[in-house]
Amino acid sequence: MSVDGSSVLKIKDLARRVRVDVLKMVAKANSGHPGGSLSEADILAVLYGTVMNHDPDKPDLIDRDRFILSKAHACPGLYAVLAETGYFEVKELDTYRQINSRIQGHAHIKTPGVEMSGGSLGQGLSFGLGVSLASRLNRLSSRTFVLLGDGECDEGQIWEAAMSASHHGLDNLVAIVDRNRIQNDRWTHEVMSLEPFTDKWKSFGWHVMEVDGHNVDELVLAFDTAETIKGRPSVIIANTLKGKGVSFMENNVDFHGKAPSPEELSKALEELEQEKIL
Amino acid sequence: MTDLVSTREVAGDLLVKLGHVYSDLVVVGGDLNKSTFANKFQAEFPARFFDFGPAEQNMVSVAAGLAASGKIPVVSTFAVFGTARPFDQLRVGVSQSKLNVKLILTHSGLLTAEDGVSAQSIEDIAIMSALPSFTIIVPADGPETELAIKASIEMDGPVYIRLSRPATPVVHTKEYDFKIGSAEVMREGDDVTIISYGIMLNESLKAALDLDKQGISSTVINMATIAPLDDDAILKSVSKTGLVVTAEEHLIQGGLGSIVASLLAQHHPAPIEMVGLKGYAESGKPEQLLKKYNLTHNDIVTSVLKGIARKP
Repeated sequence: MSVDGSSVLKIKDLARRVRVDVLKMVAKANSGHPGGSLSEADILAVLYGTVMNHDPDKPDLIDRDRFILSKAHACPGLYAVLAETGYFEVKELDTYRQINSRIQGHAHIKTPGVEMSGGSLGQGLSFGLGVSLASRLNRLSSRTFVLLGDGECDEGQIWEAAMSASHHGLDNLVAIVDRNRIQNDRWTHEVMSLEPFTDKWKSFGWHVMEVDGHNVDELVLAFDTAETIKGRPSVIIANTLKGKGVSFMENNVDFHGKAPSPEELSKALEELEQEKIL
Repeated sequence: MTDLVSTREVAGDLLVKLGHVYSDLVVVGGDLNKSTFANKFQAEFPARFFDFGPAEQNMVSVAAGLAASGKIPVVSTFAVFGTARPFDQLRVGVSQSKLNVKLILTHSGLLTAEDGVSAQSIEDIAIMSALPSFTIIVPADGPETELAIKASIEMDGPVYIRLSRPATPVVHTKEYDFKIGSAEVMREGDDVTIISYGIMLNESLKAALDLDKQGISSTVINMATIAPLDDDAILKSVSKTGLVVTAEEHLIQGGLGSIVASLLAQHHPAPIEMVGLKGYAESGKPEQLLKKYNLTHNDIVTSVLKGIARKP
């Protein structure tokens, strides 16, 4: 399933709207995690915009594809794509991190469309493995997509899950690593060396693909290829920019977990306005 | 002589039977399946059994994913590996999402052959009772194990069932109506309420017989469900006897002792004595451990006498 030019434009516009929503949400809450939400935006737009079989009106559909945000602090991106694709009203995004809201500071299963409660890193790949096993037992063609942070891969449980997903031959499971190279404190190579990263996944029995995580065509092709790989899971190492789309946030560790000031927000929104294509 | 029955073997056999009733029942194991008897389910339903090796964090999160997809996953390993090691996965992944995961864990408490302190799960009730969504059940014997597991599979929500390694005496010799969250009054007396669970229930009943000989009449309550606690049963009994003695094969701190003390302090202040562990133990044979660490019927009798002396 390749995408035609106009579909690519639609997906790009969805990603742009996700970024706008993310910035507004985090600024309104005056807390949250913009950097990783901006780096993952194109991945989310490709999944929800074209790859996944899902129906916002029937979020409990038994044979739906499932997206699991393991790096659950980057939930503004997820909430934005869920709202933009119709799981709930875009205006509900204003309640992010507010009291009495369905939209929590870290992804929680009570939000429509959110499949897993997270917030403590390293658990999502195992959870996705369980979901994939259930789909296989139920003889469903559903696919499971788990988005991991690269810093998150410091967690030992990721590698427990990596080992067991290939052991159990789960070809309906696709992991995506948002490889933005910045974690909470510093660059990932300063905190904990991940390289040789693709070799690690290969040695754990995964089919590994490396793409530009902001390139719609490359992402779509990788998801399509993953579907053809049988007998083992696939992982897509998506090379991204932390803070992608806003000049002063890109590759800036400060915006991992900090909200933009009102002035920074206006400047950021202005930049994204110029990216408008539709 | 009382019959001895292995509760973990009862669990292993029962899972096979339940597997035929519940097509969504699946079991995840951690390379201890011969010891937990989960290998029986594995043999009967190989497609619904998944081994994850000794990687309990992964195993628990996988179970959460299975439960979120409508399966009824049973996590089978030793108590110490299924609670302390994956605590965060139980907390965020299971309890906070109220997912339908069943932990059926064996080799709890002191009696883990001669494996010693690392294998002795004496903190698990403290840990698990800190997770608000979990139901915690400690069956006293084989028959109660069967009833408890059936009830836990029938209910929706996370459950921890705590089983022992050695075969233990059967105290339920006739049929009884097990209900999650309902205490079972084994006998009624006026002078003291002895509350216990698991292997200490039999010791409590023996202590009550000893106390009879001294003219002290005891109520013995089987508190098989520790969470949610049957507050009413305790308060009703203590309002009659005015004294509580708890007995458990677990740390007193965070265990039944401190749980009941908290209830009494809030609703019916009364003297309470606690039989249980105060710290770590060591390797040893079951009877040696129970004696050295003061977990016998004699220790319960001593605590009752101490408590009676404290009565106003």
